[in-house]
Amino acid sequence: MQGIAKRFGGVVALRGVDLQVGHGEVLGLVGDNAAGKSTLMKILSGAYQPDRGTIRIDGRNVTFAGPQEARALGLEMVYQDFALVPELSVTQNIFLGREITKRRLGVSTLDQREMAKRARELFERLGIRIPPVTTPVRALSGGQQQAVAIARATGFDCRVVIMDEPTANLGASAIDKVRETITRLKAAGITVILISHRLEDVFAVGDRFVVMKHGRVVAERAVADTHADEIVAMIVAGIDPRSRTSGDQSVAPQPGP
Amino acid sequence: MPDRRQIALFAVRYGLFIALILWIIAMSLVSDRFFTWLNFLNVARQAAPVIIIAVGMTFVIATAGIDLSVGSLVALVSVLTAGLLALGWPVALVIPLALLVGLVAGAVNGFFVQLGLPAFVVTLAGLTYLRGLAFVYSDGYATPVTDEVLIWLGRGRIGELHVPIILAAMVAVAGWFVLDKTRFGLHVLAVGGREDAARVMGIKTRRIKVIVYAITGALAALGAIVITARLANGSPNAGIMLELDVIAATVLGGTSLFGGAATIAGTVAGALFLNFVRNGLNLMGVNPFWVQVATGLILLLAVLVNVLANRRVEEWARLSGKDDDAD
Repeated sequence: MQGIAKRFGGVVALRGVDLQVGHGEVLGLVGDNAAGKSTLMKILSGAYQPDRGTIRIDGRNVTFAGPQEARALGLEMVYQDFALVPELSVTQNIFLGREITKRRLGVSTLDQREMAKRARELFERLGIRIPPVTTPVRALSGGQQQAVAIARATGFDCRVVIMDEPTANLGASAIDKVRETITRLKAAGITVILISHRLEDVFAVGDRFVVMKHGRVVAERAVADTHADEIVAMIVAGIDPRSRTSGDQSVAPQPGP
Repeated sequence: MPDRRQIALFAVRYGLFIALILWIIAMSLVSDRFFTWLNFLNVARQAAPVIIIAVGMTFVIATAGIDLSVGSLVALVSVLTAGLLALGWPVALVIPLALLVGLVAGAVNGFFVQLGLPAFVVTLAGLTYLRGLAFVYSDGYATPVTDEVLIWLGRGRIGELHVPIILAAMVAVAGWFVLDKTRFGLHVLAVGGREDAARVMGIKTRRIKVIVYAITGALAALGAIVITARLANGSPNAGIMLELDVIAATVLGGTSLFGGAATIAGTVAGALFLNFVRNGLNLMGVNPFWVQVATGLILLLAVLVNVLANRRVEEWARLSGKDDDAD
C-alpha cells in the first residue's frame, strides 16, 4: 500500500500511509484509538475506498469496489465482532456471500449438501473441532465463533488475512489456539496482519511491528529488535526515537485542506 | 432417547402446530359442524388472502422490518381493478397493471426503508396515503365487478378446491422455495440477523430491503384481486385492519420480530390458526366482539413466546448441552 489517504468529511483519518508486507510475514499493526489502523485495514479489505494512494499485490496494481472483490483477490478479514450472523448455521456463515449453487430446470438453488461437506472438510483441515456444521452460530461459545470466523477467512485460497483484535474477548486457552492458527497460516505462506492492543500477541507470533499515530506510520521495528516499553512509548508519543526525521514529520502541524 | 431439553425445544419450536391440532380436535368434540370438509374449505378460503400477503410479510419481518401499509394497498388495488374494468379495460391488462401498482407501491416503501428510515413509520405513512388515494380515485364509492374472469379468481373452483385456495398454496410453495432454497432467501435472513455482518460479506443489503417490500406490495395486490373478485366489488374500505391479521399470522408462525429467523410453513399455519379460532368460536355462538378480544390475546401470547420463551429455552438448551461440545 502506498500513499494511502482517506478523509471522512472534515476528519482526516489517513494522511498518506505506506505499508509493505511479505509472504508469510506476521505484521503487528499497533497504535492508540483513532490512529487510523482500522481505517487502513478496512481499505485493504475493500470496505472503504481510499481517496488517494495505490494498492499492489505481487507488483500488480489492484482496486476493489467492495469486500467481495477484495476477497476474490485473496484479501480476507476477521472482524473483531466476528461478523457472523447468529441465526444462521456454521455452514451458512462460512459460505455467506459466496454460496455454492446448483442449477436445476434453469433455477439456481443452494447446494446445501456440498457446502456442509466442504465446511466439515475445512474444519478437519484446520484441525478445529466444533459442534455440527448445522448448529446456529448463536449456540457456539466465543472461542468457537472465533474459530468459525477464522475458518471462513482462511478456507478459500487467501493470501492476506487481517485480524482485528482477535484475542480481545477470549480466554487463555482460546488465545493459545488463535496464536497456533496464526503460526500455521504463516507456515503456509499466508500473510497475517494483526491489529492488537495486546502487544504480547505480536511478541509471541509476530515478525514486525508497525506503529501508527494520527493517520500515519511513525515507526517500524522487528520483533527481535525491540521490547514492549519502546513500542508503548512510540504508541503514546507518536515519535520514533531512533529516527529524528520521521519524528519531526509526525508532530509537524498539518497545512489546512 | 428424548430428554427434557429436547421436549422443551420441540414444544417451543412447534408450539403453534401443536396448538392448531389441539384446537381442531377440541372444536371437533364441541361442534359437529366443525370437522367437515365444507367448513375446512370455508376456513381455507377465508385465510387465502391473508396467506398470500403474509408470505411477503414473512420476508419483510425476516429482514427485521414491518409493513403496515398492505391493508390500504389492498383498498387502492381493489378500487383500481374494479374501476378500470368498469371503464371497459380488458381483464388481461387490468390484472398485470394491478400487480404492477402493488409492486411499485411496495418498492416505494422499500426505497425509504433502505435510506435508514424506520419501517414502522414509513409504512404507517403508506397506510395513510394509500387509503387516501383509494378514496380519491373512487370518490368514496364502491364499484361492482361483473367481469367473469375476475370473479372466477375469487369464486371459481378447480375440482373440489376454490381458486383462492389454489392461489394461496402456489404463493406459499413459491415463498418456501425462495426463502429456503435460494441465495436470495438466505441473504434476506442474513440481513435481518446481523446487517453489518451481511454487508461486509458483500451482500447488497439495501437492494434486498427494496426487493422484500416490492414482493410484499405485489402479493398485497394479488390478495386485493382475490378479495375484490370474491366480493365482486371494489371498495375503498377493503382491507381495513387486514395488515394486523397478516402480521399476526406471521408472528404466530414464529418469524422473529428481530429478523433472521422465519419459516413459510409457520406463517401458513399461523394464518390457518387465526381463522380456525374465529371459525370455531363463531360456530360455538360466541359473541363476535369477544372473538376479537380472543384474537388479540392469542397474538399477545404468541409474541410472548416469540420474544421471551424462545430465547430462554434455546439458551437453556445450549447451556445444558455444553458438555456435548468438544473443547
